[in-house]
Order: sequence, then C-alpha cells, then structure tokens
Amino acid sequence: MSFLEIKGLHASVGEKEILKGVDLTVNAGEVHVIMGPNGSGKSTLSNVIAGHPAYHVTSGSIFFKGKDLLAMTPDERANTGVFLAFQTPTELPGVGTALFLKTALNAKKKFLGEKPLDAVQFMKRLKTRAQALGVTDEMLKRAVNVGFSGGEKKRMETFQMAFLEPDFCILDEMDSGLDIDALKTVGDGINVLREPHRSFLMITHFQRLLEYVVPDYIHIMIDGKIVRSGDKTLAEQLEERGYEEFK
Amino acid sequence: MKTEKEKLSDFVEEPYKYGFETKIESDMAPKGLSEDIIRFISAKKNEPEWLLAFRLKAYKHWLTLKEPHWGKLSYQPIDYQSLYYYAAPKKNETPKSLDEVDPEILKTYEKLGIPLKEQEALAGVAVDAIFDSVSVATTYKAHLKEKGIIFCSISEAVRDYPELVQKYLGSVVPPTDNFFAALNSAVFSDGSFVYIPKGVRCPVELSSYFRINARNSGQFERTLIIADEESYVSYLEGCTAPQRDENQLHAAIVEIIVHDDAEVKYSTVQNWYPGDKDGKGGIYNLVTKRGLCHRNAKLSWTQVETGSAITWKYPSCILKGDNSVGEFYSVALTNNYQQADTGTKMIHIGKNTSSTIISKGISAGYSNNTYRGLVQIAPSATNAKNVSKCDSLLIGDKCGAHTIPVMKCANTSGVIEHEATTSKISEEQLFYAEARGLNQEEAVGLIVNGFCREVMQKLPMEFAIEAQRLIGIQLEGSIG
Repeated sequence: MSFLEIKGLHASVGEKEILKGVDLTVNAGEVHVIMGPNGSGKSTLSNVIAGHPAYHVTSGSIFFKGKDLLAMTPDERANTGVFLAFQTPTELPGVGTALFLKTALNAKKKFLGEKPLDAVQFMKRLKTRAQALGVTDEMLKRAVNVGFSGGEKKRMETFQMAFLEPDFCILDEMDSGLDIDALKTVGDGINVLREPHRSFLMITHFQRLLEYVVPDYIHIMIDGKIVRSGDKTLAEQLEERGYEEFK
Repeated sequence: MKTEKEKLSDFVEEPYKYGFETKIESDMAPKGLSEDIIRFISAKKNEPEWLLAFRLKAYKHWLTLKEPHWGKLSYQPIDYQSLYYYAAPKKNETPKSLDEVDPEILKTYEKLGIPLKEQEALAGVAVDAIFDSVSVATTYKAHLKEKGIIFCSISEAVRDYPELVQKYLGSVVPPTDNFFAALNSAVFSDGSFVYIPKGVRCPVELSSYFRINARNSGQFERTLIIADEESYVSYLEGCTAPQRDENQLHAAIVEIIVHDDAEVKYSTVQNWYPGDKDGKGGIYNLVTKRGLCHRNAKLSWTQVETGSAITWKYPSCILKGDNSVGEFYSVALTNNYQQADTGTKMIHIGKNTSSTIISKGISAGYSNNTYRGLVQIAPSATNAKNVSKCDSLLIGDKCGAHTIPVMKCANTSGVIEHEATTSKISEEQLFYAEARGLNQEEAVGLIVNGFCREVMQKLPMEFAIEAQRLIGIQLEGSIG
C-alpha cells in the first residue's frame, strides 16, 4: 500500500479544466517537489488534495494511507493527517491563534478517538514548538494571520504544521516573498519534521528553498500534467535552461 | 357593524359584570384584557391599593395607544383579547420525565453540557431538582442579607419593601412610555427586585437563574434594580439553555436606577424559542429596558440575543448626572426566519457624560437583523462623548443586515464617532479552518465568535463560555 497515490487526476474550476491527468506516488518519509511555470496547476493540485470546495474533481483518484481521500470532507482529510500550508493564509479576525490551534488539535484528537489535551499539556506543547520556530507569545495572542507580515505568516504556517504533527505536509509556495533569514527558519522548521513516517509535497517556483530542504524527487508540472520526474539534479537543469525544453 | 373604536369604547365602559370574588378562587382568568382582569390579577397577588391604581392607570393609557410598527419587523397583528393574562402554572401539562420532552431540546441541553438534574428543571419536569435549587438559593440569599442586599421577586418586594417599590417603579420607564411598556405596567406577572445599599459592593454575580420561580415569571416580566450611592452590582438575566414557553408574546420591562458614584453591569443571554426552521412559532420578545445614571454613575448593558422569532429591544441609558457613563455591548444573532430590531439609546444630559456602543449583528438563513440606535446630546451636556461601532456579518445570501444609527447633537462641544462595517464569512476563511481539522460547524462557530469577541469579553467569564457555545449551536446548518 502506497502512502499517497494519485491516479489520472482531472480537476476543474468552473468550466475550466486545470489538472489534466496527474499521476503521483509518494512513499512514507519522502520529500517531493513540484515545480512549474505560473498557471501550470501546482496550487490546484495542493488545493484538490486538501479538498477546497472551488475545485471539482472530474475523474481520477487520490488514496492516502489506503483511504479514499476524495470521499472525505476537508476536515476529515486534515484529521487523517493531511496538512496544507497555504500560499496566502487567510485572516480570521478575533480568533486567537492559540485558541484556534487548541480547537484544531482537539478536533483531531476527537476524530482519532483520543482524549483532548488539558490546558497545561496544551500550553507546554504550544510553547515548545513556538520557541523552535521563533514564534513569540505576542504572536500567539494575535488573531489568526491578522497583522502578520508575509514572512510571519509563513512562519506561522510552518509552526502550525509542527504543532499539529500531520503525516502528509503540502507546502504551497512557502518560499515566495521570504528573505534569506526567513527562508532558513522555514527550511529548518521543515527539516526538523522529516521523519520516516512523514512525507512532504513542496510546491515552488524556485530552487532556493531546495538548498535548505533537500528533496528526494522533483516533478515538473506543465499544463496540468507531470511531464518529467527525477532527482534533485532536475532542479539544477531547470535553473539553467528554464521550462521551455520540457514543454 | 361597529367600528373598532366603538367596540373598544364599549369594552372600556362596559359595566363591571363578573363576580370579582368568585374569580379569585379560580386559577385562571378568562381570555382577554379588561379592568376586571387587572383587578383579578392584583387581587390574586394581594397587592396594595396604590399598585392596583398604577396598573389601572397604565391600562387606561394603553387603550389610547397603537401597537408600534416602525421596527423592521413583520408579523401578524397580535390579538390582545385572545391572550390569557393570568394563569397559575398548569400542573398536569408539565412533563413527568425527560422522556416526554422534545428530543431536539434535549440534544441542545446535551451540547451545552447542562447536568441532568438541571435539564429536568429547565424542561419543566416536576421533580426533586427544584429542591436542589431551593437550598442553593437559600444559602445564597442569607449571604446577601448580611450585606443588606435585597434580592427577591418583585411580588415579594411589593409586600416586604413597599416604599422602595413605590418610589422607583415606573420612575425610569413610565407606564405611558410606549405601547408595550403600558401593557406590561398594567398586567406584569412577576420578575426580580434588587436593592444594593449605599457603599456596598455585591460580592457575587446576581443571577435571575438562581432566584426561585424566576423561570416562571411569565410573559410580562418586570425587573427593578436600584443601586444606591457608591454601590456596585453585576446582574445576569436569562440562561443559555433554550427556553420554551406557551406564551408567544413576551413584553418585559427592566428599570435600573444608578445613584451617584454607583455602577451596574447588566448582562443578558436571551435564548427563547426562535420558531422552527420554516419560521413557524417562536416567541415575540418586545422589551423595554432603561437605566437612569446619576452623577459619576456607570451603567453597562451587555446582551447576547440568539433566540425569539421577533426581537424588539433597545436597552438604553439616560446619562442625567455629570460624568456619568453608559455602555452598550450587543451580539444579536438571527437564523432561519428570525427577525431582530435591536440597539440602544444614549441620552446625554449631564456634563462630561460619555457613552460607548458596540454592536455585532450576525444574520444567517432568511433572517433580518437591524441595529437601530439613538445618540442624543442635549444642550446641557457640555463635553459629551460617544463612540459607536456597528458591525454586521452575513452568512449566506438570503439574509439581511441593516444599520440605522441616529445622532442628534445640540451642544457644539459634543463629539460623536460612528463606525460601521458589513462583511461575509468567506469561503477561504471556512476552508482555512476546515483544512486544520475543524468541521464546518466548528469553523463557523469559531469565526463568528471571533467576530463577536469584543462583546463576549464583557460578559462574566462563565456566561461567556456558555454564550460562545450557544452561538455555535444556533448556527448549526446555516451553511450548506
């Protein structure tokens, strides 16, 4: 049984077909990267895996740990272990970040039939993870993503991922808009989470994140399809020659 | 055919034709409203002559008034002659056990985490649960008595503290104030009475919930709160558990007198039956709430309105004394076919008076939610200040949100600030929360509670937690 298996995936927004037959297999512990030009369908793929209601799957399948992901609601997918770090995280005015994470964690515990964390356990887990990613108490007190800079938002996404301990992490352009220091923090945050039972799917335009997080596989997506897969050297080729030769 | 007016005058002038004494023996007055009925109620309650006179005067004035329809509310006219104005609780009709209670209500109790005994009491099951609350209430009362605080039903107060009641009843909301206030003054059933002596800080939150019989105060509830100089009290009205009532019309009055240097916080969670999802049934909640602030006094109204089919309610502050402060914090949530027209009036009369209004309206389903407010600065109110913030949140595209703020400033030194926003819960916000593992209902509940946070923070801690849960429950099924 594969960890994540996508077969013949077609998906549209409204009338427009964006994914035109994606096949992808990710095994436990692997880091996969999807690169591709703007509009190639990279972000659509991550949204479809997470269950965004604006995207409609017209054919194909996604199985995660043997379960039919497409038959699940977004929250069921999340609680089964899928995590999407958003490219542009939405603001939730008035919703405290700590409360949000507590609600999310306890939803997962409930889904898995586990006991919710008490206030002390929760705070301990929150503080430990926050410190590791340079997330301050003041940031935790703010409403979710409200008043955060671009870099802070990305750091918070990485922090939420570390806190919720998902099995399959989708990182949608985590490197966009980050300076070198922030990129390094986010990269370190990802590396710490690399474990044999956890896999990553990173979506990026650029090679620079790959200097910090070394992937096992790179896939090139063009016009809704994966046109080439290879190891990390594929990124180097891409850097030199651009997407033109893969079209 | 006689005209309405003729019928009415026939009715008013109709000679006394029922044996007054014989009626006293029965537990229920016949349908309709008349002088006889008012005498009957007053006699049943063994009231003094002055109170009967108060009621009759109110009734006579009521006859000259028309039901107001300026609110953004639409409902069938109320037939006041088809209502019962006095009925002793009907024992046979109360459920004998929770098995006889509507399972929908039980589900809600469970979600709110209400203990079984309390569920029984709330559902009106005649059981020992009442005894529990008797003992709780008794301890509570003894504790308050030590401080000289009076907390009892208004009927008891009429009997035991007639001078206080006579002095203050109708002093802030006169019987002639409006149609529903006149009606209430004529026929009020029962309610709470609070007196905090000079310099006393009430050590506990006073809750109508703890007062025995408060749950059966009837449809014309009357509350009178007097905070003497330099005193403080926080009063809680209602509870988060859904309340059903056979009486569709509820017309209550709350009057508060805040003397020099005193402070009163009045918090309400209103969760009367809102009707079913097709808009059938539900309580009409038509309430007059007002407080009078003397020098350096402060009155804060905090309300969370989630129930009732119709809400018509404007808790107000008359800032008569210099430096007095009025506050209004409100969350009004409407779903399905509910209609709410609610807000406040801040009347600045004294110098350096200030007021704050924060209103959060949430509309879902096919509901209509209106904020209606008045800020008035009188010529005498030098350096008066008001800050108002009215936010509306829409869920779905079949509901309505309306903001009608009126500002009248008759003193050039007055400062009024008003801010209003309207927003919708976006698909992106919902998806973000769902992608973190929250189901749709949890996500909506969290986002809406975030929207209301400024107001929720003003509620006493325990009340706030329950109110947050309640908002989530009330919105169930509102997205989809």
